[in-house]
Amino acid sequence: MVDEATKRTLAAIPLLKTRAGPRDKDQWVGRLKEELVSLIKYVENNKKQDNDWFRLESNKEGTRWFGKCWYVHNLLKYEFDVEFDIPVTYPGTAPEIALPELDGKTAKMYRGGKICLTDHFKPLWARNVPKFGIAHAMALGLGPWLAVEIPDLVEKGIIVHKEKTSSE
Amino acid sequence: MANQTASLIEENQQLKAKIQELEDALAKKSAQHRVKITTMSSEVVDSNPYSRLMALKRMGIVKNYEDIRHYTVAIVGVGGVGSVTAEMLTRCGIGKLILFDYDKVELANMNRLFFRPDQSGMSKVEASEATLRDINPDVEFETHNYNITKVDKYDHFVGRIKSGGLQGKPVDLVLSCVDNFEARMAINMACNEINQMWIESGVSENAVSGHIQVVIPGQTSCFACAPPLVVADNIDEKTLKREGVCAASLPTTMGIVAGFLVQNTLKHLLQFGSVTHYLGYNAMKDYFPTMALKPNPHCDDSFCLIRQEEYQQYLAENPPEAESEDPTEDVVHESNEWGITLVDETPESEKKEELDPDLAKGLARAYDMPSVEQVRILVKDSTESQQETEEPVSLEELQSRLKGL
Repeated sequence: MVDEATKRTLAAIPLLKTRAGPRDKDQWVGRLKEELVSLIKYVENNKKQDNDWFRLESNKEGTRWFGKCWYVHNLLKYEFDVEFDIPVTYPGTAPEIALPELDGKTAKMYRGGKICLTDHFKPLWARNVPKFGIAHAMALGLGPWLAVEIPDLVEKGIIVHKEKTSSE
Repeated sequence: MANQTASLIEENQQLKAKIQELEDALAKKSAQHRVKITTMSSEVVDSNPYSRLMALKRMGIVKNYEDIRHYTVAIVGVGGVGSVTAEMLTRCGIGKLILFDYDKVELANMNRLFFRPDQSGMSKVEASEATLRDINPDVEFETHNYNITKVDKYDHFVGRIKSGGLQGKPVDLVLSCVDNFEARMAINMACNEINQMWIESGVSENAVSGHIQVVIPGQTSCFACAPPLVVADNIDEKTLKREGVCAASLPTTMGIVAGFLVQNTLKHLLQFGSVTHYLGYNAMKDYFPTMALKPNPHCDDSFCLIRQEEYQQYLAENPPEAESEDPTEDVVHESNEWGITLVDETPESEKKEELDPDLAKGLARAYDMPSVEQVRILVKDSTESQQETEEPVSLEELQSRLKGL
């Protein structure tokens, strides 16, 4: 269900401890700190392994997240805006990651550009509450989605490479 | 010149005739809107929209049909199931409907019931209200076009459940007609917190199975008590092709599930028949599993545990008189000169099922919750990372560090 490489990536992402959602005032601040530590570590790991593939930041409350993610296919870099809200039920349910500009371009999406996750993602998330956080959702959800969908969308000519986005 | 004037006059006349024609059509259409009816009548005449419903009283099915006007039902999700649910309750003459949805009508919805192509682009709640008001102006409507799982909308949602009913009372029943786990969990969380009964409904992504599940906080299993139940549809996952699609849907399955949902809503509100905790539908085999569901004493939802405690206390103070829920009266023998007694011959193995009910045939959990050890194999607990979180770093500093990467 989860390949070896993903397992190794996952194992290197710090786990979280606090079971608190955005409605849990003080505890949420603690959870948010854990999220940030975990995300920073994950991005650093990615950089070290020459596999840097996203940037995220949030509003002050940590309830709305946005940034960029990119995927390299045939030596060309395809970049997309990524965004999601932290639902009131978090971390009991995972965030629903969206790539709004791809909305309507692939059937593997729900309204608003929310990515369609595999059957394995939700059970895996449910079994790891509250240890999984945003970094895990990116690694297990968006990462594999991009790896499958972007090459396919490029082959079909649905997305084309934009020159400007290729410079880093 | 004269020619031109003549043709203009002719055009003018044609336009006037067209306007008259359209005005007549419009007048005819608005004349079709019926006026509000103050009391439900059981008179059997063509002009009475409630005659066939009130006939339920005459036939002895329902004692108090007109009471339906005192009830408020909140429907969360006005899609394939929710819109049909709303239409059924509107036609039944429900007192008030509160609709929640943040989606718009699209042509891709036209394989389902209720919405029309000309409503494309309208918000689902707005389009629903227009159609429903036309069908039955006696019903009161309240609509909210937002996502209930969002932090800034959730409190408003909970508030409307608590006081959106007629005369500011809590709503009588919440119906979940959403298409995702997150929204179901949000409804569950809200209803556990404010002790509100609700009914969950769902259709599988392959469109050939569905279910409804009654949640009475503390009494029956809540949505967080265990992984969701799924109706086994006898389709091998390996042969199910998911390439290029997220979900399929059929108007049939959705209509059937909406029918189940409203039937049980009516039975609960008007107190006739019995309401099953869980009713499944397997379209491939025409199989309908039913079962009772007990709450999980180790549920992750803290309010579920509070409600369970309250219910246990209630049971202790009000011990149930008879175990049988069946309203058929027991035959009482006034004398028993032969000392005849009934001996329970149920084997021990079968008795166990009642205490800890195994899943009904044809039902399964969406996934298992594995033991702690299994989780550890999947994700190694890295002790070094846990030490990092102990560092006294401010939230702002971490946020700027992430931003600065």
